[in-house]
Amino acid sequence: MATVTRIQRVVGTAIPLRGNDIDTDRIIPARYLKEPTFARMGDYPFFDERFDAQGKPKPHPFNDPKYCGGSVLFVNKNFGCGSSREHAPQALYRFGIRAIVGESFAAIFAGNCVVMGLPTVTVHERDIAELMRLVESNPQAKFTLDLAARTLACGTGEIVPVELPDSTRTALLEGSWDSTTMLHANLGKVKSRAATLPYMTGFKA
Amino acid sequence: MATSSGRTLYDKVWEFHTVDILPTGQTQLFIGLHLIHEITTAPAFDMLRERGLKVAYPERTFATVDHIVPTDMRTRPFLDSQAEELTRLLENNTRQFGIDFYGVDSDRQGIVHVIGPQLGLTQPGMTLACGDSHTSTHGAFGTLAFGIGTSQVRDVLATQTLAIDKLKVRRINVNGKLAGGVYAKDVILSIIRKLGVAGGKGFAYEYGGAVVDNMNMEERMTVCNMSIEGGALVGYVNPDETTFDYLKGRPFVPQGKGFDRAVAYWKSVTSDQGARYGDVVDLNGAEIEPTVTWGINPGQAVGISEKLPDLSGHSDAAGLKRAYEHMGWQPGAPALGLPINVAFIGSCTNSRISDLRAAARVAKGKKVNPAVRAIVVPGSAEVKKQAEQEGLDKIFTEAGFEWRSAGCSMCLAMNPDKLKGREICASSSNRNFIGRQGSPEGRTILMSPAMVAAAALNGKIVDVREYL
Repeated sequence: MATVTRIQRVVGTAIPLRGNDIDTDRIIPARYLKEPTFARMGDYPFFDERFDAQGKPKPHPFNDPKYCGGSVLFVNKNFGCGSSREHAPQALYRFGIRAIVGESFAAIFAGNCVVMGLPTVTVHERDIAELMRLVESNPQAKFTLDLAARTLACGTGEIVPVELPDSTRTALLEGSWDSTTMLHANLGKVKSRAATLPYMTGFKA
Repeated sequence: MATSSGRTLYDKVWEFHTVDILPTGQTQLFIGLHLIHEITTAPAFDMLRERGLKVAYPERTFATVDHIVPTDMRTRPFLDSQAEELTRLLENNTRQFGIDFYGVDSDRQGIVHVIGPQLGLTQPGMTLACGDSHTSTHGAFGTLAFGIGTSQVRDVLATQTLAIDKLKVRRINVNGKLAGGVYAKDVILSIIRKLGVAGGKGFAYEYGGAVVDNMNMEERMTVCNMSIEGGALVGYVNPDETTFDYLKGRPFVPQGKGFDRAVAYWKSVTSDQGARYGDVVDLNGAEIEPTVTWGINPGQAVGISEKLPDLSGHSDAAGLKRAYEHMGWQPGAPALGLPINVAFIGSCTNSRISDLRAAARVAKGKKVNPAVRAIVVPGSAEVKKQAEQEGLDKIFTEAGFEWRSAGCSMCLAMNPDKLKGREICASSSNRNFIGRQGSPEGRTILMSPAMVAAAALNGKIVDVREYL
């Protein structure tokens, strides 16, 4: 069974990625979903925005040496919209991203991140603008996301409040984000509930 | 249960399916039907094996191949070795875990969101999950249907449940009557345009009003299908006589007295008169005209008589600028007359028999513009068979469309059906994202199947109302 990993804080440098409505097709083009495992997804995030048809790198924050090693991703509104492909957060995680801080996230993407143990937290529009400016001018700035305190501390000493759903926060802090064990422990209750549903019993009188 | 009033279908079905409140505060929700396909499941089955878990309810799990299958050459092994490998993995996994599988040779094969309803697997008052964001389609039946990722597929396989938070419900009334030549696709594109691609975050969308009441089930599926494009994880319509008539006699629907008892249950889950909603939005159906997208998300849409929007004063001017850069259009240009190179009729949004009939009506006796590559991809083997019985395939092929076998095809271009270079596609699918149709520079204009047919004939965007 999976071991319990509590995620309380993420510390690292950041990568700024500007733009609203960045969809999961952009995060990982569909052709990479043809691989049978997630193992190589870390090679592909934003592939078509980072490389031209000949494989030559294009300007992109994920290609920029000054952000190399960044583990906190800064994004704008509705990040991860579109396809439910978990390959998208898997690609970001395997590239080295350990937390995503943005104005808002699409529902399925955020759900996928929780189950993987990848925190997505929201901050005010004004704060993300400031954070992006900060990291662009000082790429070596370190950030500490503290889920217990609901804060993001910047290298400059500034502290920004972050939000995330209580259930997500609890799951990450207590290490129950990998939900299978928790759900499986209730299998008796699942069977009881199923037995009350008319369609599960063939609509017998 | 009849004693409490003011509740929505969402509230009722949620309560019936609640197994427990988890230590995290999330609900453990029972999932009545799990549909799986070849793309998002292989790692989930690997995780089950690693943890020594079984599939909890294999009899409530159904599998097909749709995303990656070729729609022309169907002989095995597939020419694309990756497609062959993923198909084999699904065949092996379903065999090992005792799950029904409808492969390319099955007359039940098709896009998951087409075959679930067609087989009567999808039913009102049920919860449903599938590793695909367009699972909201099944909400057309009054089903709470969730699009999920691979780790959640693992959870549903292992426990037939999800750990999930409850949403608020937004009621969307589409009032009045649609004009001729205006379709369900135009309705949902108009809703997304009005509320935004992120507007549905935190909400389930309940669609109603006279326009929705008068829609057939396939039209309701088109509307619910694109809920996720408006940011809503779930979209649904309350079941009614139209729903029950559709379901009667389908393979997985009970018959005789069982059907009567099913209908009684289905009626009991509909939203109460005076149900309380988190939000209510009204649209006038009479004001909707044939609608097309011009940009890089489904909310960037205009009516066919409109001009493309200005950047100035727009709340996301940078986003619009990016869209114009990709598409190569200018603000203020008319939507009418935008050029196209490719026409695609298909996808879980618009590949059902009524969609093909609407497109065939436009194409009948006409010719596809010689500069346009046009394909029709029915949503399932059964839709294909039905269309052929009606002679629709002949209408399409005589007009110059290619007639294919069922699959997701050029909606997401995981099979050989792709755009090349900067081609522009008039598409009946659901996403105009950059690169979506298989070329990083490719461009997509979303519209109804009838509008795609009309565009194919003309090599440019036209008003379908002139072709009916």
